Amino acid sequence: MPKRRKLAMVAALAALTPLAACGGGGGSADQGANLDSRGPITYVQGKDNSNVIRPAIAKWNKAHPKEKVTFKEQSDQADQQHDDLVQHFQAKDAGYDVVDVDVVWTAEFAAKGWLQPLKDKMAVNTDGLLPATVKTATYNGTLYAAPQASDSGLLYYRKDLVPNPPKTWDEMMADCKIAKAHDMGCYAGQFAKYEGLTCNITEAINTNGGSVVGDDGVTPTVDSDEAAAGLQRLVDAFKDGNIPKQAITYQEEQGRQAFEAGKLLFLRNWPYVYKLAKTDGSSVVKDKFGIAPLPGVSGHVPGAATLGGHNAAISVYSDHKATAHDFLEFLESQWFQKFELTQGSLAPVREAMYHDQSLIDQFNYLPTLLTAIQNAVPRPVSPYYPAVTKAIQDNSYAALKGSKSVDQAMKDMSAAIKTASSS
Amino acid sequence: MSEAATDVQAPPEPQKPQRRRKSWFNLSEGGGVPMLVAPTLILLAIVIGYPVVRAVIMSFQKDPGLDKATGLFVAGGPAGFSNYTHWLLAQCVAAGGGTTTCPAGNLGSQFWTAMFNTVFFTVVEVAIEIVLGLWFAMIMHRKFHGRGLLRAAVLIPWAIPTAVTAKLWYFIFAYDGIANHILHTHILWTAGAWSSRFAIIFADVWKTTPFMALLILAGLQIIPDDVYEAAKVDGASAWQRFVQITLPLVRPALMVAVLFRVLDVLRIYDLPAILTNGGGGSGDATTTLSILVIDQIRQGFNSAAALSTITFVFIFLVAFVFVKFLGANVIETQEAERKGAN
Repeated sequence: MPKRRKLAMVAALAALTPLAACGGGGGSADQGANLDSRGPITYVQGKDNSNVIRPAIAKWNKAHPKEKVTFKEQSDQADQQHDDLVQHFQAKDAGYDVVDVDVVWTAEFAAKGWLQPLKDKMAVNTDGLLPATVKTATYNGTLYAAPQASDSGLLYYRKDLVPNPPKTWDEMMADCKIAKAHDMGCYAGQFAKYEGLTCNITEAINTNGGSVVGDDGVTPTVDSDEAAAGLQRLVDAFKDGNIPKQAITYQEEQGRQAFEAGKLLFLRNWPYVYKLAKTDGSSVVKDKFGIAPLPGVSGHVPGAATLGGHNAAISVYSDHKATAHDFLEFLESQWFQKFELTQGSLAPVREAMYHDQSLIDQFNYLPTLLTAIQNAVPRPVSPYYPAVTKAIQDNSYAALKGSKSVDQAMKDMSAAIKTASSS
Repeated sequence: MSEAATDVQAPPEPQKPQRRRKSWFNLSEGGGVPMLVAPTLILLAIVIGYPVVRAVIMSFQKDPGLDKATGLFVAGGPAGFSNYTHWLLAQCVAAGGGTTTCPAGNLGSQFWTAMFNTVFFTVVEVAIEIVLGLWFAMIMHRKFHGRGLLRAAVLIPWAIPTAVTAKLWYFIFAYDGIANHILHTHILWTAGAWSSRFAIIFADVWKTTPFMALLILAGLQIIPDDVYEAAKVDGASAWQRFVQITLPLVRPALMVAVLFRVLDVLRIYDLPAILTNGGGGSGDATTTLSILVIDQIRQGFNSAAALSTITFVFIFLVAFVFVKFLGANVIETQEAERKGAN
């Protein structure tokens, strides 16, 4: 028996040794390697729902037969995309040359040393790009990714009931009596406890002149009167019913369905709702709604919408960075930016697209979207983003439900962000 | 004392047969056993042993910290037990070093809530499933027309993938969903602390009672009919027959079913993750240990390794108690079944 056990132990140990040698992070040596190298590369992105990337890559491959791009498509779930990227970066996989990263992951991946800084030979021209989108790709003063597609919160309103969209939050709350008269809910956004809540809360905080973290992306600045006033507006609206109580369970889709069913006067949501609300068979508001920038505080400046979207970055482990760099510029090009709008209704990052009359004729929300993006603020650009968003979600959710005071929520939020960065 | 006595009275041992050389490949003499089990052992070492050992090693490492000068993450170094105290005592690192109580919004502050939720789900769900499972099994055990149809129908919830079940109940428990419609209520099922817990329990019991019922049914079928007939002849009432014959004889099968379900619920992830996203109450009323582990993985692997080690040890202890003291023995039951079949 002991002999057998020993044998099993030896077998187990023999199996363990080669595996135990994994681990370790990205080094600065990788950043200097392969800068001039050209060859076939792989582009990694989440599910290409509206068939934008495949035709674009086909066009690139025709022009660059020796530097062909292969498309690696991930799932359509953001969390899964994130985890897939982390796994490949940890394995120092040279097979992931250019990766598409959500704006909120850019700082984290950059701080882990996985993204090639876009400077010197790798520099990408950002002239003509919307400044807010460039900010999402910048960490610690260095550009780490090229903005590829943008997105911004918008206010959908019922133009048949409210001819002029409210310019301030107070005006919107005053309009709520119209909703009451028509026996419908007044305002809703995304208030379930998930990433959408972070978008809505940071919108309220930024609009009121507050902020979540400082420029370093680490120091909490959220425990301020301005930030508290922002959250207070939402808490009050829940309390007096201007936000219907079921909105605490809403993600994007529930809000869109309620708006399309005529149960909401105002809705904060992303541009994708526009086309659906116009064309959905179940939509009763097809010709009865308009869009506007989110309401602000003073009426002169619209609200600070939260920025969504994606950036393209080069992996430090790529074998052909010169090609990867050219492909990044291809994604920034006029042609691609126009194509992603016409083919996939994605918001371009190039400002000129929003002034192109032929495009405005086709997508008449473009001028409104431009105003929104010009006033938009990125979510905290922090290497600790997962902890930051958790701190925002947990505490603001408790405040919205009334189980925690706004002041306490702000204090806890600040403390939780501080804890994340001091471990 | 008595042992010594028997030793003395024991007949002298028969002479040992001469030891022959065992060959590693000579199966008839039991010499090839190590070779035969080696592939299995190696496979187990790779897929189970390695992750467990690796998790323990990682749990004593700090998560990478930010180098303030470069803005880049650097390896954290040895952590001692700090990853464990982070969870068990809700201790976080304070700004100037030292420790402080984890603030709300930090995952460390949610460990005991998650522990409570997990144990609560386990106890309540398994208790309900035992009762319903026994009841279903008794019905399915009877001989009547359409028994096959009933057995198939009962199995349907179990056959549906959990992700689909969770989405199904998500729509049912939505504010504009069927549950509120039928009950004529306006309850925010997934937002309240107890309503969201109720939703999870209801959905999970609905899904897994068939599993319980089938295992119990297998136990019922090995009870010979003549035992019941003898009891009837002796004038035992239906209740007496249930309590004194059915329950004791079905107990081995029941204990195995309970063990499986307890371990299942202690690890529950998919149903609450999809149905409530761990939310409800002030945001963590349905967060289970597994959900907390996944949340932490996105914030730091080493701390998550500590949490999964804690979870692993906890579940292991529960399983150990079941097998050792409560007689949930998978092997013995199988032997009993074999005897019953003979």
